Amino acid sequence: METKIQTGLVNNEAQIKSVPKKKVKYKSLLTYAAFVGPALLFFLVIQILPFLMGVYYSFTSWNGVSSVVEWVGIENYKQIFSDDKTFFNSFMFTTKFMFAAVIISNLIGFSFALLLNAALKTRNILRTVFFIPNVIGGLLLGFIWQFIFVKGFASIGNITDIGFFKMPWLGDEKTAFWGIVIVFAWQISGYMMVIYVAALQGVDSSLLEAARIDGASSWTLLTKIIIPLILPAFTICFFLTISMAFKIFDLNISLTGGGPFNSTQSVAINIYQEAFQNNRYGLGTAKSILFFVVVAIFTTVQVRLTKKKEVEA
Amino acid sequence: MGNQYTKKTFVLEIVGIIVGLIFLIPFYFVLINSIKPFAAILIDAAAWPKEFKFSNYAKVWNVINFPRAFWNSLVITVMSNIGLVVISSMAAWKMVRTPGKFSKILFIIFVSAMVIPFQTVMIPLMKIGGTLGLTNSLPGLIIMYFGFGVPITLFLYHGFVKTVPVEIEESAMIDGCSQFGVFWRIVFPLLKPITITVIILNTLWIWNDYLLPLLVLQDPELRTIPLAASSFFAQYTKQWDMGLAALVLGITPIIIFFLFLQKHIIKGIASGSIK
Repeated sequence: METKIQTGLVNNEAQIKSVPKKKVKYKSLLTYAAFVGPALLFFLVIQILPFLMGVYYSFTSWNGVSSVVEWVGIENYKQIFSDDKTFFNSFMFTTKFMFAAVIISNLIGFSFALLLNAALKTRNILRTVFFIPNVIGGLLLGFIWQFIFVKGFASIGNITDIGFFKMPWLGDEKTAFWGIVIVFAWQISGYMMVIYVAALQGVDSSLLEAARIDGASSWTLLTKIIIPLILPAFTICFFLTISMAFKIFDLNISLTGGGPFNSTQSVAINIYQEAFQNNRYGLGTAKSILFFVVVAIFTTVQVRLTKKKEVEA
Repeated sequence: MGNQYTKKTFVLEIVGIIVGLIFLIPFYFVLINSIKPFAAILIDAAAWPKEFKFSNYAKVWNVINFPRAFWNSLVITVMSNIGLVVISSMAAWKMVRTPGKFSKILFIIFVSAMVIPFQTVMIPLMKIGGTLGLTNSLPGLIIMYFGFGVPITLFLYHGFVKTVPVEIEESAMIDGCSQFGVFWRIVFPLLKPITITVIILNTLWIWNDYLLPLLVLQDPELRTIPLAASSFFAQYTKQWDMGLAALVLGITPIIIFFLFLQKHIIKGIASGSIK
């Protein structure tokens, strides 16, 4: 008898406990959903769903207008690889541009940072000046520089008679390429400078003093101590500039519009035109998926490489 | 490094000032030519204006309907910022405070989406936006900014919440405060530094963004500043007297924003990118 009662009690107790426990769990799940749900919902509908749809549409002949979306397999990809010279050219242009832009803007940004790290009296003003172009959007910057290249450079050339300013900047394939690099560097260097300055301030100055007392030159100080210590900043800056340069659109479209003769057409512009001007949405999405793959590869390879260097250093 | 003002520092100072001036030359050109008559620009773009002609500005102000474009840009930027701060800070806090596989996987998905270029998403997004009625409307565009801004915003909050001690929240919870109460009354004020960073980064991005508004907003009444400027240039090609006035009008608001908040902005950019 006694045991029976006891087991009954135990059972009862377990029941009593389990009901609120379930309720608590349910309630905490609900609060989790209330806190995380909105962010997740917007993110899924605006980014993930279109991304997945893009993967699907890249295998179709979707034109954006007709309701019939025909499955064409890898036809779009085949066409891109076998007979789309403009796309190939824009890929080549974008890759070349990326290398030039990344190297130059980081070189300038890092030099600015070293300059500001010296005890200059004008350092605050200079920091502001170098950073200002960065707050202006790429589109307006492109228009500003279109004027500088077309009219400003010409009049400086007339005054100074320096050949550099007398070139047909945006009218020629080679100089148009460098024109975009110059404007990109003008925009981004200040941004990179800010990151490098923050990193340089974290370098222990007693370490540098000690090395200097040991007779190290400024150059050894820079290459053997400072740069290895701030490698994480290089990882960030390279990551940022690579992805910004590779995805260039605004600045490109307002400065050269892809010309002359499509020679400076970035991949982003090519995709935009394929979809929204030629109305070939299927082909456009196929290109955009390839674009995604390349961007993902570039950025992960770069982060891996520099991270590896960080560990070694 | 060395605090004393040496000869070398002086030379560096001079170099810095010269480079700084070169950096500003484009602004000089744009400003002085925006108040010249068209013929004077053609003759010599470098010369100081003989007469100040502000009628360029008056004309452009009306042609691009500057107050309207400014208002649209302002509404989009402010509303997107508010929404992003609210949804991302809440989600980040809850995810950090609920450790486990689910939160971890969710976080990884959010973060890896940052690699997806906008161009990869934009074509199907316009289809979805059309179905959901998000196109050609400011609220629709704002909702899209919620979706695009969540990963980076949540990522920044996520990193910051980890540094906030959990004890205060626990004692408040024991005192009978609800989860929402704890978050908005106790946690959110503690997140202020990262909230400032987030708002600065998102403002610079959304205010200057061009392609998304271009795709979403067709109605001229809804144009943002970059859209108004680009349609102006499409119409008045090579009419530099008016074009430059449009550019000056276009860049002024964001430059004022920067000059007023530059300390926060530069700090925010540095801490936002290092994380």
